Amino acid sequence: MAVNETYIGIQDEPLQDRGWGAVAIDLIRRQPLGAAGGLIVILMIFAAVFAEQIDMYDPEVNDFGAMLQAPSLDHIFGTDEFGRDIYSRIVHGARTAMLVGFTAAILGSTIGLLIGVTSAYFGGWVDNIVQRVVDVLIAFPSIILALAIVIILGRGVGPVIVAITIPLIPNCARVVRSSALAIREIPYVDAARAMGFGHVRIVLRHISPNIMAPYLIMLTTFLGQAILAEASLSYLGLGVQEPTPAWGLMLKSGAEEYAESAPWAVIFPGIAISLAVFGFNLFGDAMRDVLDPKLRDR
Amino acid sequence: MSAAEDMVEEDSLAEAEPLLRVEGLKMHFPVTDGLFLKHTVGLVKAVDGVSFTIAPGETLGLVGESGCGKTTVGRCILRLEQPTAGKVIFSGVDIAGMKTSEMSDLRQDVQVIFQDPFSSLNPRMKIGSIISEAMRVHGIIKDATERRERVSELLRICGLNPRFADRYPHEMSGGQRQRVGIARALSVNPKFIVCDEAVSALDVSIQAQIINLLEDLQKQFNFSYLFIAHDLSVVRHLCHRVAVMYLGKIVELADCDELFDNPKHPYTRALLSAVPVPDPEIEAARSHQILEGEVPSPINPPSGCVFHPRCPQAIETCKRDIPELQEFTPGHMLACPVVPRE
Repeated sequence: MAVNETYIGIQDEPLQDRGWGAVAIDLIRRQPLGAAGGLIVILMIFAAVFAEQIDMYDPEVNDFGAMLQAPSLDHIFGTDEFGRDIYSRIVHGARTAMLVGFTAAILGSTIGLLIGVTSAYFGGWVDNIVQRVVDVLIAFPSIILALAIVIILGRGVGPVIVAITIPLIPNCARVVRSSALAIREIPYVDAARAMGFGHVRIVLRHISPNIMAPYLIMLTTFLGQAILAEASLSYLGLGVQEPTPAWGLMLKSGAEEYAESAPWAVIFPGIAISLAVFGFNLFGDAMRDVLDPKLRDR
Repeated sequence: MSAAEDMVEEDSLAEAEPLLRVEGLKMHFPVTDGLFLKHTVGLVKAVDGVSFTIAPGETLGLVGESGCGKTTVGRCILRLEQPTAGKVIFSGVDIAGMKTSEMSDLRQDVQVIFQDPFSSLNPRMKIGSIISEAMRVHGIIKDATERRERVSELLRICGLNPRFADRYPHEMSGGQRQRVGIARALSVNPKFIVCDEAVSALDVSIQAQIINLLEDLQKQFNFSYLFIAHDLSVVRHLCHRVAVMYLGKIVELADCDELFDNPKHPYTRALLSAVPVPDPEIEAARSHQILEGEVPSPINPPSGCVFHPRCPQAIETCKRDIPELQEFTPGHMLACPVVPRE
């Protein structure tokens, strides 16, 4: 490089990319609620991943010598009507909840994102048809729609994920479409068209990444919603089946018969569900604020 | 370059086969009404029969007030809009009627620099990938290392530190972003660049830098520019020829100096008289020609000459006859039958 070359706005110190540690400290300082949510999320994921390591008993083995025991040192959250350890079942239930919650939320918001952006990008009759289909799907209460899908597809984890995902898609598609309509008119999209890029590239590389804020909001609300929906389906007996541990299932068997005589059988799964939904919602709000590059340095 | 070579270039400029020929370009936007059954209730005649040519290495200025359709002309040439009628012949090929899929190769020859440097760069992409994306996608440079070098070179050509390749647009100033926009346009080796108000959003000192950059690049790579602007002093400095638009039509087209020194059309005269003179005494002494009224709606333009309701020289026939753009003196096109010939 020649010595006499001059540049506009030369800045010699390299631009520092902030490490994850700095981001985490920032998060705690500026978003204490979000950090608390994050802690709950990490706890849930940890429980889901290391369920075998941190449980105290096999969650699926009955022990008829220890039925409906109150919380004690042997069973810190007590036991259910089959003598199964409630703590171990909650830990393994976290796995079911996280698996269904994350898969359904990510699938639902991502498919919704693609449908919403495509609909807005092409406009015209494509947009019209997609949006009318979305209208129809939104008109169904999502739990009714999920029930119908479970009845068609049968029970088990896979069908439950599909049943929870499909009602999420139109919500996300609607929100994303309105953002994408605005993005479509911005000159960098015109620049991409002038470069001769294909529709797929423009949708995936130029429009979608700029809708990350609403996408993340939808994704994180969906996490809480999906966990709640899984619990509801299991509670109604249409979701995950016994003896697989799931919070909704535990709530069902506990609430129906033992709410007065053995309240621990219903209180602890209830706390697990509310804590998970609460934590994911708090975390989602905070993550949105921190990850948006335009808000970052203010 | 010596004076003799300069002369040769000037001559060949006039003689050469035009790079771009626009013939009778029309862009009418339908105004629709109705919730389910859309029906057209009117047409916005944004561009209504525009013709001009641009030679290789030439800069054509396109001026006019807001809403006269100058940006739409640019968008039609870029095929960001599908023209209603007319031809856009680029290098001998009519691109107005082409399907989008057939356009791909030609698109790289025609590039664009936008007005607003803050919205013309994708905020989620680093400068390096903004500039290299087209080279990668179209396989202009297949090797990643070579591509990075080319990005550095392009940034350097546009007067930016090659280090900027690793930054995001929001870390840069308006002038720097506009340079990135220019580097992106250059990345596909275009022959023709539409500058859509390319300097209007920048402050005056940055404007001067960008204008000089555009001029240097033209000398170096022999681009043609369509320079859309409303700032007449910038146009006078940069352009070889200038076309004046009013309500979707070209009213006057001439060599730059000829147009500024010897404007014929009443609208051009009024437009030029609105340019302030940087000397308070002359400015106070000179007479201004101020137009009455507002620009009429392009949905329902006036009959005959679209300028007649505001024209100080209008006569009865102006309300009836639509004036054609005709040669007034050699090289000076005019769409006004009233102006007397010398």
